Amino acid sequence: MSARTLPLLFLNLGGEMLYILDQRLRAQSIPGEKARKDEWTDVDRKRVMNDIITTMFNKKFMEELFKPQELYSKKALRTVYDRLAHASIMRLNQASMDKLYDLMTMAFKYQVLLCPRPKDILLVTFNHLDAIKDFIRDSPNILNQVDETFRQLIDMYSCLSAGEFQLIRQTLLIFFQDMHIRVSIFLKDKVQNSNGRFVLPISGPVPWGTEVPGLIRMFNCNGDEVKRVEFTNGGNYISPQREGSFDLYGDRVLKLGTNMYSVSRPVETHMSGASKSLASHTKENAAPNPLAKEELNFLARLMGGLEIKKPNGSEPGFRLNLFTTDEEEEYAALTRPEELSYKVINIQATQDQQQNEELARIMGEFEVTDQPRQSTSKGDDLLAMMDEL
Amino acid sequence: MYRKERSVPLKSSSSALYNNLSVLPLRDKQLTYFAAVHGSTVSLASASADGLSVSHRQLQAKEGGLAVSASIVTQASWCVLPSRVLLVLTSQKGIQMYESDGSIMVYWHALDVLEPPPAQAVFARGIAAASGRFICVGTSSGLVLVFDIPSKGTNITLSEVLEEHRDSITDITSEVGENPDGAAELVTADDSGALCVWRAKEEFSLLTKISAFGWSCSSVKLWNGVIAAGYGNGQIRLYEAMSGALRATVSAHARWIYALDLAPLTGKLLSGAEDSYVQIWKLSRSPDTGDIEIEHCHSECVTDTQLCGARFCDPEGNSFAATGYDLSEIVRYGQV
Repeated sequence: MSARTLPLLFLNLGGEMLYILDQRLRAQSIPGEKARKDEWTDVDRKRVMNDIITTMFNKKFMEELFKPQELYSKKALRTVYDRLAHASIMRLNQASMDKLYDLMTMAFKYQVLLCPRPKDILLVTFNHLDAIKDFIRDSPNILNQVDETFRQLIDMYSCLSAGEFQLIRQTLLIFFQDMHIRVSIFLKDKVQNSNGRFVLPISGPVPWGTEVPGLIRMFNCNGDEVKRVEFTNGGNYISPQREGSFDLYGDRVLKLGTNMYSVSRPVETHMSGASKSLASHTKENAAPNPLAKEELNFLARLMGGLEIKKPNGSEPGFRLNLFTTDEEEEYAALTRPEELSYKVINIQATQDQQQNEELARIMGEFEVTDQPRQSTSKGDDLLAMMDEL
Repeated sequence: MYRKERSVPLKSSSSALYNNLSVLPLRDKQLTYFAAVHGSTVSLASASADGLSVSHRQLQAKEGGLAVSASIVTQASWCVLPSRVLLVLTSQKGIQMYESDGSIMVYWHALDVLEPPPAQAVFARGIAAASGRFICVGTSSGLVLVFDIPSKGTNITLSEVLEEHRDSITDITSEVGENPDGAAELVTADDSGALCVWRAKEEFSLLTKISAFGWSCSSVKLWNGVIAAGYGNGQIRLYEAMSGALRATVSAHARWIYALDLAPLTGKLLSGAEDSYVQIWKLSRSPDTGDIEIEHCHSECVTDTQLCGARFCDPEGNSFAATGYDLSEIVRYGQV
């Protein structure tokens, strides 16, 4: 519905992705001197974070992102994050990529749902950007790019009304509808129930601008207050302390959108128990192909701005595992419920030759350092590449 | 006091949209129809009085013929006119009107398509029957479209466009109580929180305008010349419809109000909000002073649910229903 939703969706999901990758890279890193050739070091971690952030905040990419447009499907968006996650020397298997995307989306769904005011989604975004700036604080060039995006956000969103923000929030909630994947960190903190639904507190501070419920004031026809009655509304609310800052720098006050992971709090998801609300999820995956054309247009424009650095031919790709062991990752891949697989868009190469040639040209610039494929045409290459995502 | 009754299951969960529950009690058939919106679908459920027997139907918001992409539905509401009842759907593409059981579409009105797509979202939202012969629907540009509805058949025409609002329409309501001649008939509310009060004869004329006070108005009801409006800061405000004077403020909820409903035979008001609560109130007018009064009657918490729709299921207000975001059921309560 709202045509201004995509930048917020993309940046917040991207921010969550970086939190998770950073945590996993730290968990799997080995001190520099002791590392073997195929093991992670701190230097590698910083490099991966830098590469991904540089790619994310690329000027052309941001320009495309900020154009007014409808939200696309989870499938289409997932393709962009797949590309982003592979913007450096790091490689992720399908199972780890699935888990990464699950965690990213559930985290942002939680933040959107619990925002006290719809406008606070902007504060959540600023929290993510503040953290991203901290990841690359030693690189002034990338820092400039991020600040530039920050300013674009302030320009675009600061003057929106509460009603327009609520429309953006409603659009995001439609995107996240029926997702109930259980995240262990949420379960432990008791912010998510065992049925996958989030806990909504009925106590605490009311949003900035809202009064604590409980007062009725009645006025006569002249506007004088004639009666005042108190009532119990059922909750246990208090006044808010202060409002978060919407400037480039400042105390956001809101904790939603800050990094909740650390090396000692690993991330896990549970696939079982999420099967109840899958009705609409399966419907989305079975959606007719014609939608794919609009999504292809979107991807072509967006990917065109994603300048992926080709890893040096001699460097091996480092594989990051989002699970604790390789066996766990394999098991997760085998047992992922069919309904929860992020099926890639089915491209029919014969349909729109010109469209696919353009996409093929752009995709051709992203070389994935895998075994060379036997193929007869660029179109086949493209299909093969997309199928592997 | 109300106690929880058997819930009515839905085929799909409800979306977080204003006023996302419509109820049509069919007394003679001892059935109640419910409608809630999910994405581009409307879930219809028809339940027996005890809630044990439920049948379902789903309507897709696709415009006739061309498009393949389904558009998001913003609201579904039954409009009760003296001669017929129509189910009206508003979406990003336009307005659809069906027979009350959703079986046949009788009318389709497309919103103008703008190329290139503007930064402002385009959709229809806000539905109400008025004056026994019109159905009024709002748009995201602030227009109110007035459709003339014949007593039967598909010859529905757009008879008037009311241009007074500058922000997206959120809700429209018509007088459900007593209606002396020349009184307020229709109230339209918008995203900025401004309300317009209209009188209807052959055409609609503006009676008064109530300025916004900084918060969006998501839901509005009109009863015996009293306007009840629900706002984004959790407040309910009561106004005198003829003059627009503010008569009461209630700090009712801790989050954005998504739904209001009025039981016309008793003056009971209900409010549902993102804070998980349904609150029941009683409106009255003091016979001596003429002052409008409101008292709190009851609170009901639907745990871990951000409510998006709530309605009374009968005109006395002895029972009510609610649904919330991601909830695949309609929770019901009845008076003990």
